[in-house]
Amino acid sequence: MSDLRQIAFYGKGGIGKSTTSQNTLAALAELGQKILIVGCDPKADSTRLILHAKAQDTVLSLAAEAGSVEDLELADVLKTGYRDIKCVESGGPEPGVGCAGRGVITAINFLEEEGAYDGVDYVSYDVLGDVVCGGFAMPIRENKAQEIYIVMSGEMMAMYAANNISKGILKYANAGGVRLGGLICNERQTDKEYELADALAKRLGTSLIHFVPRDNVVQHAELRRMTVLEYDPESKQADEYRSLARKIHDNKGKGVIPTPITMDELEDLLLEFGIMKKEDESIIGKAKAA
Amino acid sequence: MTQNAERILDHNELFRQPEYRSLMEGKKAFEEAKPVAEVKRVEDWTKSWEYREINFKREALAINPAKACQPLGAVLCASGFEGTMPYVHGSQGCVAYFRSHFNRHFKEPCSAVSDSMTEDAAVFGGMNNIIEGLANTWSLYKPKMIAMSTTCMAEVIGDDLDSFIKNAKTKGSIPEDYHVPFAHTPSFVGSHVTGYDNMLKGILSHFWEGRERKPGEKVNIAGGFDGYCVGNTRELKRILGLMDVDYTLLSDPGDVFDTPADGQFRMYDGGTTLQATAEALDAKATFSLQGISTAKSLEYAASKGQEVVALNCPIGVTGTDAFLMELSRVTGKAIPDELELERGRLVDAITDSQAYLHGKKFALFGDPDMTLGLTAFLLELGAEPTHVVCTNATKEWTEKMGNLLAASPFGQGCKAWPGKDLWHLRSLAATEPVDFLIGSSYGKFLERDTGTPLVRVGFPIFDRHHHHRYPIWGYQGGLNVLVKILDKIFDVLDSDPKGTSFDAVR
Repeated sequence: MSDLRQIAFYGKGGIGKSTTSQNTLAALAELGQKILIVGCDPKADSTRLILHAKAQDTVLSLAAEAGSVEDLELADVLKTGYRDIKCVESGGPEPGVGCAGRGVITAINFLEEEGAYDGVDYVSYDVLGDVVCGGFAMPIRENKAQEIYIVMSGEMMAMYAANNISKGILKYANAGGVRLGGLICNERQTDKEYELADALAKRLGTSLIHFVPRDNVVQHAELRRMTVLEYDPESKQADEYRSLARKIHDNKGKGVIPTPITMDELEDLLLEFGIMKKEDESIIGKAKAA
Repeated sequence: MTQNAERILDHNELFRQPEYRSLMEGKKAFEEAKPVAEVKRVEDWTKSWEYREINFKREALAINPAKACQPLGAVLCASGFEGTMPYVHGSQGCVAYFRSHFNRHFKEPCSAVSDSMTEDAAVFGGMNNIIEGLANTWSLYKPKMIAMSTTCMAEVIGDDLDSFIKNAKTKGSIPEDYHVPFAHTPSFVGSHVTGYDNMLKGILSHFWEGRERKPGEKVNIAGGFDGYCVGNTRELKRILGLMDVDYTLLSDPGDVFDTPADGQFRMYDGGTTLQATAEALDAKATFSLQGISTAKSLEYAASKGQEVVALNCPIGVTGTDAFLMELSRVTGKAIPDELELERGRLVDAITDSQAYLHGKKFALFGDPDMTLGLTAFLLELGAEPTHVVCTNATKEWTEKMGNLLAASPFGQGCKAWPGKDLWHLRSLAATEPVDFLIGSSYGKFLERDTGTPLVRVGFPIFDRHHHHRYPIWGYQGGLNVLVKILDKIFDVLDSDPKGTSFDAVR
């Protein structure tokens, strides 16, 4: 177990977190690593590109059918996809009901007890959005993920989310072994995006581990439910993911305890790069007609 | 006034008085209650085969499940360690329930604390409750160790005990090197036996991790969740003493739940010492008297290189034989003549009463290991177990119970019912009647409802006193269980209204 490397990808919803993680993990598999992906998102789309299909048999959907998690077998939920990457989706409740966070805890406990982590080099957790509750912090707990990678972009809200996730990590990092591995910027072609992401990374005490440029080949691959690595292995974009995979692989043990900043500091950062204009106090709260 | 300060009626008498009778009549009229005959008709129908079939199709509802929740077991396990305060991270009411449950069973005080999570803790997480709770527990009750488990509330919001306890230490609630083993015990998973197992594993890993194992000659003995722990651990100590075995009990709550009335209150008493718990890593082997109920702890002991021996509540001759022979094999110590004599006496006792036991039909309910041990004993007596209900059964239970019944001619007419509850058992007892029922105090409602006399063996026993002081394990324990069964058989025989053979001699 001690050689097992556990990492997790967090980031604002819709930022391209699952796409980035699956492409990167496919590249890690190319390096000969044996990988298990644990999707921690009720939407269960963290393994779609590896499996060429949305995983239907999630841990929680099957548990609900069988009556309890204890009635499940590992083989029912563990699927194998591109380059023998093993995939599991925790699944979760329908929107608006139940507790998705508890679902993540239940699913991860089940996988550990059933020995899903035996014989793999990497376990990667793909976690939806923010660390909104204790359940979504499960992958950050002691003896789970050692490094967290935050997928973000130069948009204000993505940076805000990255800062929030750092706060979540900090809660656990002081007492335990979890560290921030770095930021991964998924290009949205906003102004001064690289500079801004790099500056935020520095403020958080970490580094911008990779800047993934925007490329339409990602969308072409996605339409075919494939990673770029599989769809067009010769493409420049595939090399970008290979480079990111190599960096993550070499980043073992180099994570840091993050230093999250305040909302004001974050706004100052945006001002500094000219993304946000200094507020004109006189216009606040005034309607157009007034 | 039918009662006054000089003449207090108990509630049975009181409610028979005219004013209470007329009150009840008025209540019935107000509620438009169904006529007595209609109630009787429906009640009779619920005892029919037709209803049984409907009852067994139940999917989403449990009625009187014969199990309790995880932290109850965690509290019992934690109580069995030297100077240890069981600490439950979660709601106050849960802990009040655990304490009263043990009060009622052992007729003893039960010390356990909660950190009283309320609405704000549910929203913001329970870390502050742990920080304050640990500081309070440590300064008020001066335990040597605080063993932490959780209620459902803390589990649903995903509180992480490991990091919260470390944070509490960083904040100075308790010293850095203070022992706070923990176990996540979600009440909605498994049962009280799972919670016991999780807590035991939590305590063992707290002391064993990071320690190098130097294999020695001692053996560990784990009892698992056991309502008879007071009598059983003392009996185990006597047997191990007779065999001259060097041992460590992994949780020994025998003394703390049987403190003497000598004017001194003992919040903690006896228990496995913390040093012995740490050194238990070096043991040659770990025995569990209830293997299904301690499965994860045994697996953990095995992962450290120990041999593990799992028994299933050894009640009677065969069960005790297996325990002693395994003990002898592992330790190399001979089984002494005294124990052989006790064995012979138990066999003799069984033979003396054989005529009354042979062919008697029994329905049983209880925990996995307990029902296995009792069924094995009944088969050995020539009695016929007929329905065995185990609400908190595991796959291992179902398999072992199947094998046990298949191996005996007296087990052929028996069906095992994993996952079923006491309302299922009511249908079974009503449609395929048996002579006797064996189980906890909750069986008394079935006793009245189906007219099946109840032999009380199990947990909890709330309505008979001091049963927990007498062992059920070992040859002596077997004798105790035998007498319980026989007493009930003779009581029933003597209360037969036909009275044609009301003899002084049985």
